[in-house]
Amino acid sequence: MAETLPRNYLNADYSIWSWFLTKDHKRIAILYLISITLFFFVGGAAAVLFRLELMTPKGDLVISENYNKLFTLHGIIMVFFFLVPSIPAVLGNFLLPMMIGARDLAFPKLNLFSWYVFMIGGIISIIAIIVGGVDTGWTFYTPYSSTYANSQVLLAAIGVFIAGFSTIMTAVNFIATTHTMRAPGMTWFRMPLFVWAMYATSLIILLGTPVLAIAIVLVGLERFFHLGIFDPALGGDPLLFQHLFWFYSHPAVYIMLIPSQGVVSELITCFSRKRVFGYAFIAFSSLAIAVLGFLVWGHHMFVSGQSATAGMIFSFLSMFVAVPSAVKVFNWTATLYKGSIHFDTPMLYALGFIGLFTMGGLTGIFLATLAVDVHVHDTYFVVAHFHYIMVGGAVMGYLGGIHFWWPKMTGRMYPEGWGRISAILIFVGFNLTFFPQFILGYLGMPRRYHFYADEFQVLNVMSSAGASILGIGYLFPLGYLLWSLRYGRPAGDNPWLAKGLEWTTPSPPPTSNFLETPIVREPAYNYPPLGDGEGDDLRQEKIRRRRQGEWHPTHPPREKVTSS
Amino acid sequence: MSAHVAHHFDDAEQQFVTANLGMWLFLATEVMFFSGLFAAYTIYRYLYPEAFHEGSRHLDIVLGTINTGVLLLSSLTVALSVHAAQTNQRKLLVWLLAATIVLGAVFLGIKAVEYSHKFHEGLVPGAGFELRHPHDETFTDSGRVRQVELFFAVYFAMTGFHAVHMIIGLGIFITVLVLAIRGTFHSEYYTPVEITGLYWHFVDIIWIFLFPLLYLVA
Repeated sequence: MAETLPRNYLNADYSIWSWFLTKDHKRIAILYLISITLFFFVGGAAAVLFRLELMTPKGDLVISENYNKLFTLHGIIMVFFFLVPSIPAVLGNFLLPMMIGARDLAFPKLNLFSWYVFMIGGIISIIAIIVGGVDTGWTFYTPYSSTYANSQVLLAAIGVFIAGFSTIMTAVNFIATTHTMRAPGMTWFRMPLFVWAMYATSLIILLGTPVLAIAIVLVGLERFFHLGIFDPALGGDPLLFQHLFWFYSHPAVYIMLIPSQGVVSELITCFSRKRVFGYAFIAFSSLAIAVLGFLVWGHHMFVSGQSATAGMIFSFLSMFVAVPSAVKVFNWTATLYKGSIHFDTPMLYALGFIGLFTMGGLTGIFLATLAVDVHVHDTYFVVAHFHYIMVGGAVMGYLGGIHFWWPKMTGRMYPEGWGRISAILIFVGFNLTFFPQFILGYLGMPRRYHFYADEFQVLNVMSSAGASILGIGYLFPLGYLLWSLRYGRPAGDNPWLAKGLEWTTPSPPPTSNFLETPIVREPAYNYPPLGDGEGDDLRQEKIRRRRQGEWHPTHPPREKVTSS
Repeated sequence: MSAHVAHHFDDAEQQFVTANLGMWLFLATEVMFFSGLFAAYTIYRYLYPEAFHEGSRHLDIVLGTINTGVLLLSSLTVALSVHAAQTNQRKLLVWLLAATIVLGAVFLGIKAVEYSHKFHEGLVPGAGFELRHPHDETFTDSGRVRQVELFFAVYFAMTGFHAVHMIIGLGIFITVLVLAIRGTFHSEYYTPVEITGLYWHFVDIIWIFLFPLLYLVA
C-alpha cells in the first residue's frame, strides 16, 4: 500500500505552519477537535473536584468561595468552550462541505480566523480563572457581575464575548456554503439531515450570539464607565440583563442540541439500514426549534420578578418548543421500527441519546409549567434536567458522531469492543450521576451550595459515584482513539456502507475532498430494500470481514502503512 | 478559470453571490447586536419619557443634522463607487472611495467635538455627572437627574458603538482604496467594493435610526 498511498489532507504537508495557517476545513476541524478536547477535560476536572466536595454534607474540601469558582469554571468552559463549538466546529466543519459536495467552506480564511478567535477567547477565560477565578456562575447575572463583583468576572466575560465571534464566523460560513455551494443535483431536500441541523443551528448563532455580546459589553461599560444600564442605583434594571442574557442563552441550548439531533438522524438511519422516517418533518423540526427557541427565554425568569402575564405567556410558548423535538423522537423510533438494527458504538450513543434526551425534554416540561417551576426553581432538579439535555443529549450525540466519522477523518477504525464498553459505561455513569439529582431537587436541595442537609447524603454519594464512572467512561475514548491513530485497522472508504457524499471519497479525504465534483442523482439515505433471511448489506459485509479476520476489535492492521 | 476565483468556487459569479450573502448574514448579526441597545433605549424611554426629553434637549441638533447629511452623502459616494467599479472607471472609483473616507472622517470629527462638549458640560455618566442647566426646572433632585444620566448612558453606548463601526469601516475602506489605486477592481471583479459598501450603508442606516431617537425626541 505504501507505493499507492494517495495524498490526503493529513499527509499533504507535515510542517507545523501547514496546520496553523491551513485553510482546509478538515484541518481546521482537527484543530478545533484538539482544542475543545482540552477544554472538555479542564471543565471536567472542576466537576471532579466539586463532586468530591459534595460527598459530605459539610464543606470540608473547599471553602464556599472556591466552590463558587469551581462550578462557575465548569459552566463557562463546558458551555462556551466545549458544547457550543463541539459538533458545529468539529464535525460540521469537517463534514458540511463534503456532505453537499463542495471543495471547502465558502470562506476558508474566515474559518481559520474563527479558530484563532476561539483560542484567544479561551485563553483569556483560562487566564481569568488562573489569576483569581470567577464566582458568578456561568450566567454572569448583574449585580453579581457588576456592582458586587469581587473576582475576575470581566476578564472571563471578555473571553466569552470574543469566543462568541468565532461561532458567528462559523455560522456565516455554514449558511453561505449551504446556499451557494451545493453540488449539481444536491437539492435542498436531498441534503443530509445533519446539514439541515447545521443550518438551523447557524441561524440561532447568527441571531442570538450578538445579543449576548451586547449584554456583556454593557456589563463591561457599567464597570468601567459607570453607564448604569443594569444598575438600579442609576435607574437601570438588572432584569434587563437577564432578558438579554437568556435571549441568547436559551436558544444556546438548541445550539448545543440541534447538531446532536442531526448526528443522531444520520446514525439511526445508517444502523437501521433504512431511509429515515419522515425526512421533511425532521428537517423542518430543526428550523421550528430554531424559531420557537427564540420565544421562550422568559421561562428562566419565572421567579425573578417579571410580570405574571409575561410568565404565563412564556410558560405557554415553552410548551410549543417541545413539539418539534417530540416529532424527531417519534421519527427516529419509527425509523428503528422494522429496521435491521446494528449495535455498533455510534448506534449505542444514538440510542442512549434518544432515551436521555427524552427524559431531559420531559422534565423540561415540568420546568416550563409555572407552578411546578416555582417549587423546583434553582434546585438540583434544574441541574439534572439541563445535564440530561446538554450531556445526555449533546455530548452523547457528539461522541456518537466522533466514532461514526472517525474512520473518515483518520482513515483508521477505533477498537469496537472498547467503544461499546465506553458507551455503556458513559450511559450508566451518566444516569447514576444525574438521576439522583432529580430527586434531590424535588426534595428541595438548592443548587450552588456546598453545604447540604444530612438526609441528602446518600443521593449525593450516588451522584458522585456515578460521576467517577462517567469520568472513566470519557477517558477511555481519549485513550483508544489516540491508540487507533497508529494501530487502528485501516478503515476503507466506507466501513459502514453508509449513504452520503462524504462516504464516496477516500478515507482520509484528499485536500479537495472529491477527485471530481460529484453529481447527485438520488434522495438522501437511499438504502437498498431489506431482504429477508440473508440480512442486510452491512451484516453481510461484517460476516465477510470476520471470515477474513478483519473485524476483531484489537486486530493489528493488516497492512503496515508507511508515512511517506 | 480567472485568477481572482478561489479554488473552491466554480466560477466568478458563484464567488460573488457567496461573498454578498456572507455580508448580508453578517449584517443580520449586526442588527441583533444593535437591537440589544435599542431594547434598552425603548425600555428606559418608556419608563422615563420626561428624562429622555430633557436629555435630548442637551444634544446639539445642528451638529447632529450636519452629521446626518455628511453620512448620507458618504453613502451616495459609496453607491457611486460601486457603479464606477462596474463600469471600469478606475480614476473615478479612486476619487469616490477617497471622498467616502474623507466624509467618514468628518463625521467622526464632528462626533468628537460633540463628545468633548458633553464632557465639559458634565454630561458624561459617572461620578462627575451633573445637570447644570436643566431646561425643565423639575430636574433638580438627584433621583430625576439619575434618569437623565441614564439617557446619556444610552446615548454614549449607542453613538459610541456606531462610531466604532465607522472606524472599522474606514479601516476597510482604506484597504479597498489601496487596492483600487493598484487597479485591482474592474467590471468582472469588484466584490470588496460591493460588500464594504453594504457594510457602510448598514452603518448609515443605524445612524438614521439613532438621529431621531436621540436628537429629535424632545
